Amino acid sequence: MKQTMLLSRRTAKEVLRDPLTIFFGLGFPLVVLGLLSAIQANIPDAVSLFVPEKLVPGITVFGLSFMTLFSALLVSRDRCSALLLRLYTTPLRPAHYVFGYLLPMLPIALAQTALCYGFGLILGLPWKASILAAILLNLPAALVFISLGLLCGSLLNDKQVGGICGALLTNLSAWLSGIWFDVSLVGGFFETLAKVLPFYHAVEFQRAVYSGALSDADALAAALPHLWIVLAWAAGLTVAAVWAFLHQMKKN
Amino acid sequence: MNAIETHELTKQYKDITAVNRLDLEVREGELFALLGVNGAGKTTTIKMLSGLTRPTAGDALLLGKSVVAEPEAVKRLIAVSPQETAVAPKLTVEENLELMARISGADRKAADERVETFCDKLGLGQVRRKAAGKLSGGWQRRLSIAMALILEPKILFLDEPTLGLDVLARAELWELIRGLKQEMTVILTTHYMEEAEALSDRIGIMGGGKLLRVGTAAELKEAAGAATLEEAFIQIAKEVRK
Repeated sequence: MKQTMLLSRRTAKEVLRDPLTIFFGLGFPLVVLGLLSAIQANIPDAVSLFVPEKLVPGITVFGLSFMTLFSALLVSRDRCSALLLRLYTTPLRPAHYVFGYLLPMLPIALAQTALCYGFGLILGLPWKASILAAILLNLPAALVFISLGLLCGSLLNDKQVGGICGALLTNLSAWLSGIWFDVSLVGGFFETLAKVLPFYHAVEFQRAVYSGALSDADALAAALPHLWIVLAWAAGLTVAAVWAFLHQMKKN
Repeated sequence: MNAIETHELTKQYKDITAVNRLDLEVREGELFALLGVNGAGKTTTIKMLSGLTRPTAGDALLLGKSVVAEPEAVKRLIAVSPQETAVAPKLTVEENLELMARISGADRKAADERVETFCDKLGLGQVRRKAAGKLSGGWQRRLSIAMALILEPKILFLDEPTLGLDVLARAELWELIRGLKQEMTVILTTHYMEEAEALSDRIGIMGGGKLLRVGTAAELKEAAGAATLEEAFIQIAKEVRK
């Protein structure tokens, strides 16, 4: 545990001291939130394109895609710079590395979610006590994105990570999540793909929790299938990430 | 006791025998340089000795501990300073050192003491609060070696410690490495002949996965009838190609 905490502290420092993290991880989702709220404020009331009740929970999930980028970049840079090679020659065990990368990203993800809700309140999101539950219940989605980062960081170099996690994943999670428009409006393969991937379900679950699903049995019953899908992806990606990391460790 | 003894140490990758039945002895407190052209088997040997890769056959004993049977015990005896600058870039110099000290099992107080000691010893005091990633190549290499030394190893592996450094930074690191003699056993891999000659007690020349010659720089030159270590090395290395 002590060794995991040592590596976790180091991971948190590396991530939080990077100005790009602060800008993209914390600032960028807020910029998007502000812009889309401004658009909503300037279109007729009858058109509810970006209402805060739907937009803010969605942006909390979109913001998590940057957690993938940060964790993937850190792991791949540690591999390329031989820092991991150095650590492999110490008595640390594989679990120390895996948890040392994963665990510190979770509170950072929760802080990002809280910041999005906080900014959302300023922009007109109605205050509800369910926001606190929504922040906490973004953890499964956070695990999806962070595990995906560990997986990509274990398999790709930092340039590939920049392309795949920075450009491709943020676009995938943005378009296939139903944050900006209902995926059923596109339909067909697009809708099927959106419903197979975890992003859409993470957004729907966030929206449901914010709306008070935890205190409404029917709403909860409708929301839980989204949670199960997110949890299944989180479990699958965590296993895949651990496998990839250990595979790289042996290969090195 | 020898610091390192290998017995027919072998590493096979599919059709390639990277290290072929290597028998090597390194004495305690010795600074031993391992030379060889690219693909000679140096890196694979170091990887096996430091527990990064398992031998296909044979064994190596590090202060009596087997890399095959007791890899965890071996890891407590050694430290590696890789060729690439292996530092945590956003952590300060002292945070990097503290991280390594704590990983080796030191509590916070002991780790702080070790950080003080090694900052002084390696002249890192003036940059101790700077982020490692902002340091020049020479300082980063110095920190990289300090991160290995702070583990207080009995055996230290230095992989190309002065690669890419300017003359001044190299001279400073040479002084530092000389200072390590007798405190611990040092295995140095380098492509610089003058570095091997200036620093090592003995030199092993590898080629084709085998140990071709071992001796002091003077012995190797004499045996090859060469005026310089570089000439001797070239002659010996060419034997493998024949």
